[in-house]
Amino acid sequence: MSIILDKVNYVYSEETAYRIQALRDVNLEIRDGQFIGVIGHTGSGKSTLIQHLNGLMKATSGTIYFNGQDIYADDFDLRKLRSRVGLVFQYPEHQLFETTIFDDVCFGPKNQGLSKEEAGLRAFEALRSVGMPEELYYQSPFDLSGGQKRRVAIAGVLAMKPEVLILDEPTAGLDPAGRDEILDLVARMHKERGITVILVSHSMEDVAKYVERIIVMNQGAVMFDDTPREVFRHYKELESVGLAAPQVTYLMHELKERGLLVNTEATTVEEARQSLMEALAGIDAGHTDIHV
Amino acid sequence: MGIIKAKQLVHEYIRRDEEGNVESISTALDHVDLDVNAGEFIAVLGHNGSGKSTLAKHINALLSPSEGTLWVDGKDVSEEENVLEVRQTAGMVFQNPDNQIIASVVEEDVGFGPENIGVPTDEIWKRVEESLGAVGMLKYRHHSPNKLSGGQKQRVAIAGVVAMQPKCIVLDEPTAMLDPNGRREVIRTAHELNREKGVTIILITHYMEEVVDADKVIVMDKGKVVMQGTPREIFSQVGRLKEYRLDVPQITILADLLRQSGLDVPVGVLRREELVEALLREAQITG
Repeated sequence: MSIILDKVNYVYSEETAYRIQALRDVNLEIRDGQFIGVIGHTGSGKSTLIQHLNGLMKATSGTIYFNGQDIYADDFDLRKLRSRVGLVFQYPEHQLFETTIFDDVCFGPKNQGLSKEEAGLRAFEALRSVGMPEELYYQSPFDLSGGQKRRVAIAGVLAMKPEVLILDEPTAGLDPAGRDEILDLVARMHKERGITVILVSHSMEDVAKYVERIIVMNQGAVMFDDTPREVFRHYKELESVGLAAPQVTYLMHELKERGLLVNTEATTVEEARQSLMEALAGIDAGHTDIHV
Repeated sequence: MGIIKAKQLVHEYIRRDEEGNVESISTALDHVDLDVNAGEFIAVLGHNGSGKSTLAKHINALLSPSEGTLWVDGKDVSEEENVLEVRQTAGMVFQNPDNQIIASVVEEDVGFGPENIGVPTDEIWKRVEESLGAVGMLKYRHHSPNKLSGGQKQRVAIAGVVAMQPKCIVLDEPTAMLDPNGRREVIRTAHELNREKGVTIILITHYMEEVVDADKVIVMDKGKVVMQGTPREIFSQVGRLKEYRLDVPQITILADLLRQSGLDVPVGVLRREELVEALLREAQITG
């Protein structure tokens, strides 16, 4: 069970002077249950890529398979695909429209053809899982804070019980606590329900902390596709395409250049702490060479 | 008096029902006192809904105080006749560059503001060149803005404000939508304008890393200014910042963890270089 992209190309405004190739020969396999980060500079093709995964955009050439089935085949039900692959857009709170929070979250499951009762049950469950206090369910979503609105919008997608959850920069514009809440929520969904999560982000620190696999997009093509550790090893190449490594990775590289034998593969604060404590303990015991 | 001075500034958002009766009042600014000196680089932190943007909109006279007074370069913003002058003194840059760019060529976009206030044509072109130069976008002057990256667009938006020759620029989360490179470009530009042209900068942000080089940090919570100080003073109070839904830079967190593990690392480390030096010292001493 997986999503497979086979030589997917997408061209905007073909046969005009404004022709832009947004995806170039993209081959990917999104396996069930993975937690994947997608990074890339503005205009690198990230958003175009994720909109292909639930059939919102149709590839100019190439094929996409969902659980082995060609999603462009005539008998394939794209509507069903869209409820199995849930997409949370950037600033999803701009898409809230109902008069109450509860109705807003019911909209997706109702659209899937579920009865009012079933849709209501789904909405309860989704709102509870995003940690929305029950006394707010029947209030207007527009009176909520930015972070809460975003949680309602995510609940709206979760209520459709997707197998794959794609989030396009879900933390943009949120305060640090709001950022942690949303990402912890997504990580919990991944762990408890085993759903596949694809997180598009501009924060290298967040990506390093949460995901198991990073896809780096550049000029419409996949530049790297590996574990955070392997991807951030190429921090100089990442910089050349407008990205960066997490701050601690830079720290470790600098320390190593200055002669302290640390593990430069650390990408999170905790990994950095461990590596530094080990390196400095080694010095205490007189095992490590220092060229300071 | 500083370039921006607030005295007991209050702003209330009042909601009314269909008959015009008051339904609810929320206090976005709660008796704020503030004094910003000309040439300072001030960062404002606070969680979503803490009142940062409401404060910013007062500095630009987009909102008018419910109570109290705000002076921008000595002018009371609540006086109708001061509004245009206040807006020329304090320029504003918003979160989304796409909402701020209106022309189809970069240089025309930058010239829009000065043209609007009747600056003579020769002078407009001079200002356009200068401001695009100041943000490092001069070579894109004939380009179409929609082909630029996010960071480049945001720098064009800043150039549009610089062309108005404001004494002060308020940037309200200018990097929230940008990739790492774009973020660096915009923050560097703000510092250059501050250093080289002496422009007072008020930077509102949720990225703690962007704050470490500011002269002063102001922390807001529930419409009040709850902390004020240098970045080092502010970021050495991790627990308190967490209470306000904020954070500290990753380097500061790591330094704190290392200190708790017994290493001799100073309190309030903000930059990578400081931590590198501290750790090398530690290695040398114990080695």
